[in-house]
Amino acid sequence: MNQTTAIQYADNKGNNTWKFFINELKPKTKIFTAFNIITLPIILLGLGIIVYRFMYGLGSVTNLTQEMPWGIWKAFNVVVGVAMAGGAYVLVFITHVLHLKKYNPILKVAVLNGLLAYIFYSFALILELGRPLDIFNVIIGNDYGVSSILFLVAWHFMLYILCLMLEFSPSVAEWLNARKTYKFLAGITLVAVVFGITLSVLHQAGIGGLFMLAKGKVHPLWYNQYMPLMFVIQSVFGGLALVIALVTLCWKIFAYQLDETYRKAKDPILVGLAGICALSMFSYFFMHVIIFAHEKNWVYMGTGWGWWYLLEMIPFVVVPMFMFLYGFKLKNIRLINIAAVLTLVGIILNRMNTSLIAYNIDAPIRYVPTIWEIIVSISVILIQIWVFRWIVLRMPVLRKSPDWAKGAH
Amino acid sequence: MSLNRRTFFKFWGVAGAALAFGKSLEAAPASDDGVELMGVLYDASRCVGCQTCEFACADSHNMEFPEDGPSTDIKRSLDPTKRTVVNWYNLPDGSEGYSKKQCMHCNEPACFTACLTQALYKTKEGPVVWREDKCMGCRFCMISCPFEIPKAEYDNNNPRIVKCNMCYHKWADSERPACVNDCPYDALMFGTRRELLDEARKRMLENPDTYHPHIYGEKEAGGTSWLVISPVPVEQIGFNNKIQLKSYPTLTKGFVSSIAPVDLLLPAFLLGLYEATKVRTQNTEEEEL
Repeated sequence: MNQTTAIQYADNKGNNTWKFFINELKPKTKIFTAFNIITLPIILLGLGIIVYRFMYGLGSVTNLTQEMPWGIWKAFNVVVGVAMAGGAYVLVFITHVLHLKKYNPILKVAVLNGLLAYIFYSFALILELGRPLDIFNVIIGNDYGVSSILFLVAWHFMLYILCLMLEFSPSVAEWLNARKTYKFLAGITLVAVVFGITLSVLHQAGIGGLFMLAKGKVHPLWYNQYMPLMFVIQSVFGGLALVIALVTLCWKIFAYQLDETYRKAKDPILVGLAGICALSMFSYFFMHVIIFAHEKNWVYMGTGWGWWYLLEMIPFVVVPMFMFLYGFKLKNIRLINIAAVLTLVGIILNRMNTSLIAYNIDAPIRYVPTIWEIIVSISVILIQIWVFRWIVLRMPVLRKSPDWAKGAH
Repeated sequence: MSLNRRTFFKFWGVAGAALAFGKSLEAAPASDDGVELMGVLYDASRCVGCQTCEFACADSHNMEFPEDGPSTDIKRSLDPTKRTVVNWYNLPDGSEGYSKKQCMHCNEPACFTACLTQALYKTKEGPVVWREDKCMGCRFCMISCPFEIPKAEYDNNNPRIVKCNMCYHKWADSERPACVNDCPYDALMFGTRRELLDEARKRMLENPDTYHPHIYGEKEAGGTSWLVISPVPVEQIGFNNKIQLKSYPTLTKGFVSSIAPVDLLLPAFLLGLYEATKVRTQNTEEEEL
């Protein structure tokens, strides 16, 4: 990677703006890297499959059945993905509401990740809609189904994307050298922050609430009446686990963009986040124990589903919980990183179980995704990574803001 | 639904009955504006599995006639080409049992609560219908339905949700559901839900040996418009008997009603935290200075 590439700003005189845009569209790094060579064909194939899907219907590329109407695009990209985007609201809460300035260096990375995650997950959602053009019915109110949890999720989703855009917009203004716009956008951040956190918490809960209606279909080990609350707690430590992994990667890959204070700030920040993860995972685990005893779920322990449940809970919740705790106590970054990866696996397992694997286990035909569905799922995430990289290479996400913007926050 | 002479009379007939027998009607399920819920009683002891209802249904909805037939070996299920199916079952006593499956038209349908555009719509007369111009194809109705009735056309790029609509499109012409009309053995009966429950109890009272004493749909999922009586427990002829008796919307009622208060109160709480911690930080900064 060409590490000397200077980062440009628009010159703000107006006459060169077009040139600036054209210039910014060009790749800033070497084109033929291993990552590009592997991922580009997958993305192109994925896009081709998406076109085919819109021409010939869902059945042409997916294995959806009448008993399993939601496949991996919803289960993996949306239901799992939303938990991974939770880091944005948690960090915004920590830095903006609680004024813990220590975490400022990673705030923009977390918000950018949340914003892109939400945009791409709604994209995956549209792929799975049978009649995607009619999605506007929800917005224009061709009859509002206000008692529907999905309706609430949809509106909180849309408004939260707007809040995330506002929260990230000062960085775009810095990139474009739009000083007056920057002042305005930085001024309304608090409004976006307060409503953003509210919208985010509620729709994280709503994703869990979706499956409350599927009583009798989701296996009792995964179904309970506290699903909305459990999904919110998951989004705290799941989101932070992704932020920990993301910061670790970004601080390596884009090290040349960081200034000295930011570089040094990383380890204390990760240790702090590990503490939050350990505590929230403890409350999550403890709630699982209470529900387990309360619902007398030990009757399932002899079955395969019982073992599957224990596999989810012990190595991927209890073990990383203690690893976070010791990582926090001993300030061991390596331990924290491993714990973050295990936690993410746990979140994926739990949400895939709820929405797919332990869903409708009596169905005559089990749903197994086609290779095409898996390629599209991966493509959506890869495109997100490409866009993330494009933005990080251009806007002040990891590096500090230009001098004129300092002190405005 | 346009108001013609027949529906006009039907409405006033029902209203007149309501006035005359006001007390007995109080407990009868009715929608908010006093129109009584209509339904169908299916008597499995009279059914012979002849498939006439399937053909009548396909004809009524301009769909292709079913090509397969029921047998005790194969259990046919509803799919986008079939709004109703008949199946044969081997009973424990060695005889054969029959069952007809279609949408149960719940009094408080899970699909209606789940649908975010009200594409799946509970009409005031009882039938739950699908409205094409509103549906965005999210298939949350399929996730939520405890009877697993709505089916999606996956091989269509603008798929429809297919399910029984109790021939609601023909009600304006005072036509009964096609399957009820054509059933040669009188296994299906159309009427108000109250009449049907009375009729079901009457049949059970008069022929206690013929029927298993359970009206499927009286309480299941909070009550359904489609009622089933049978000589054997209904799970033996393929009905899901593990359905909760409370209506499904009650599962999410608490959560849905908590959303608006949280939307209003959480921002205030956050602003309070913001102010409280701001003061503290300033103080510590001053102390440090």
